[in-house]
Amino acid sequence: MTATAPTPAAAAERPGRFREFYHYFSENRGAVFGMWIFAGFVFVAAFAPWLAPYDPAEQFRDFTLIPPAWAEGGTWAHPLGTDPLGRDMLSRLLTGARYSFFVGVVVVTVSATGGIIVGLASAFAPKWLDAIIMRVMDIILAFPSLLLALVLVAILGPSLTNAMIAIAIVAQPHYVRLTRASAMSELQKDYVTSARVVGAGLPRLMFLTVLPNCLAPIIVQAALSFSTAILDAAALGFLGMGAQPPTPEWGTMLAEAREFILRAWWVVTFPGLAILITVLSINLMGDGLRDALDPKLKRS
Amino acid sequence: MLGYFLSRLLTFVPTFFGVTLISFAFIRVLPGDPIIVMAGERGLSEERYNELVRQFGFDKSILSQYIDYLGGVLQGDLGQSFVTKKPVWDEFFSLFPATLELSIAAMIFAVALGIPAGVIAAVYRGKLPDRVLMSSALVGYSMPIFWWALLLIILFSGMLGWTPVSGRISLLYYFEPVTGFMLIDSLLSGQEGAFRSALSHLILPTIVLGTIPLAVIARQTRSAMLEVLGEDYIRTARAKGLPPARVNGVHALRNALIPVVTVIGLMVGTLLAGAILTETIFSWPGIGKWMVDSIFRRDYPVVQGGLLLIASMVMIVNLTVDLLYGLINPKIRRR
Repeated sequence: MTATAPTPAAAAERPGRFREFYHYFSENRGAVFGMWIFAGFVFVAAFAPWLAPYDPAEQFRDFTLIPPAWAEGGTWAHPLGTDPLGRDMLSRLLTGARYSFFVGVVVVTVSATGGIIVGLASAFAPKWLDAIIMRVMDIILAFPSLLLALVLVAILGPSLTNAMIAIAIVAQPHYVRLTRASAMSELQKDYVTSARVVGAGLPRLMFLTVLPNCLAPIIVQAALSFSTAILDAAALGFLGMGAQPPTPEWGTMLAEAREFILRAWWVVTFPGLAILITVLSINLMGDGLRDALDPKLKRS
Repeated sequence: MLGYFLSRLLTFVPTFFGVTLISFAFIRVLPGDPIIVMAGERGLSEERYNELVRQFGFDKSILSQYIDYLGGVLQGDLGQSFVTKKPVWDEFFSLFPATLELSIAAMIFAVALGIPAGVIAAVYRGKLPDRVLMSSALVGYSMPIFWWALLLIILFSGMLGWTPVSGRISLLYYFEPVTGFMLIDSLLSGQEGAFRSALSHLILPTIVLGTIPLAVIARQTRSAMLEVLGEDYIRTARAKGLPPARVNGVHALRNALIPVVTVIGLMVGTLLAGAILTETIFSWPGIGKWMVDSIFRRDYPVVQGGLLLIASMVMIVNLTVDLLYGLINPKIRRR
């Protein structure tokens, strides 16, 4: 009898949580593709001043509305052409990535943090307080998000910061509902009861016992609201209620380019394309995250 | 059953009052004196200023202001526009049909293309049609629709010259609105070419407004179909030897439609948010453009009334969807 049981080795090879997650995530080729594009977007946002050939505000007055390099009349000095004031499109687009990235990060951080705290509080709170919190969220959700954001910006004054505040407020109820719902279903489970019996205090119970087990849907929601935030900020910029000219924010650039749509297609096409590609890459990733994190769809 | 209806209605009432509170608060949390801000560069005589203070009730306590406001709202009095001096209620209902017509057209567009796309994707799961359709749906779902509108204008109005750029009908035609729906009114007017003109004005805004709902419906239909296609009764239907088109199109689709219909019902908010952008770009005289214009004109009574009416509309539709859903799906009533 020399053979020993081979099981311990197999048990040791059980992949870590992240490895397991990435295994499921990478099964979705679109998600991996989206992740690479998003990585490129983050890279551009981080290094825009060094990547951009010119200052985004510099006006080449002799070179207004130059078409892209490959079109007739274009020049490689301005690969994507220039806008009506002679500013280099490529430099403006690269710099614009910073604003969109910033908007996404700030909105997700603010709305997720606030939403998680309120949602957890609501799940643990007495019934009457829970009811009040949920009604307040219902009230916010009764307004179409863009309309509420527009009105909030009208109150606060048009600027990118105020647009971010407005979008974060509008995004928050989704996190509250999601956190509350998953926290409530976790609260029924035995491990929470045993943590209570052992004597865990309320903050520990909320943030260390329950919250980690509610994170999966919240992460998926974070990806979703990152892309919604970029879209909404661009829409507000387009309506003149977000970043103000001459900021090279993509939505604001589109608003400035509107009157040239029939004369200079490139000033309209590129900023929108940048928005679409960014949002699409995040949504691709979001789909992959959902498939990888949703235990119902997970094949064991 | 009755219990579910009552509890759902009971949550509606406080939410509605909360919405009135927000729209009431709107004018009062604006920085500066709202009357001076609204008057803007036009300026105001002292008499007129005092008159407006009385009209808005700013000389009373905040509580009695709210009670007055609420009393007005419940009687259908939402104040009057600062610019046109017309009652907000009347303005809303004269512009609402334009938004409704556009929204209905957009939903027809989205449903007519989205449901077949979802069914085809589910039936060909993992194959080329599925991948092409679902990639397109994700692109549509990620679309900045204001940019999409500009692209369509460049292509169809600029390069091809097929569609007009803005408005609801050519200026050549004039008739009194009967239903408020341009397509119907243009037919009723009997003027030659009027219907054609109205239709050509409607096409681009419909595509723009319908794009995101189309993508959502296609994705939802696909996942609902996939769930249903795995059920035993589908296997039974196939085993009976029914043709695949009948199994997919009738047996499966009919059951897959329940979640899809719910999603459609809950899309009113999305449609209204989209209408803000679509109507602004195409100069479509509906409530979305009305709200944006009023915000820019600082016509705050209109913004206030519009907020309340739009939110109430969204709430009523959501309530109806919930109640209908409870009616067809007994599981939900137990909650």
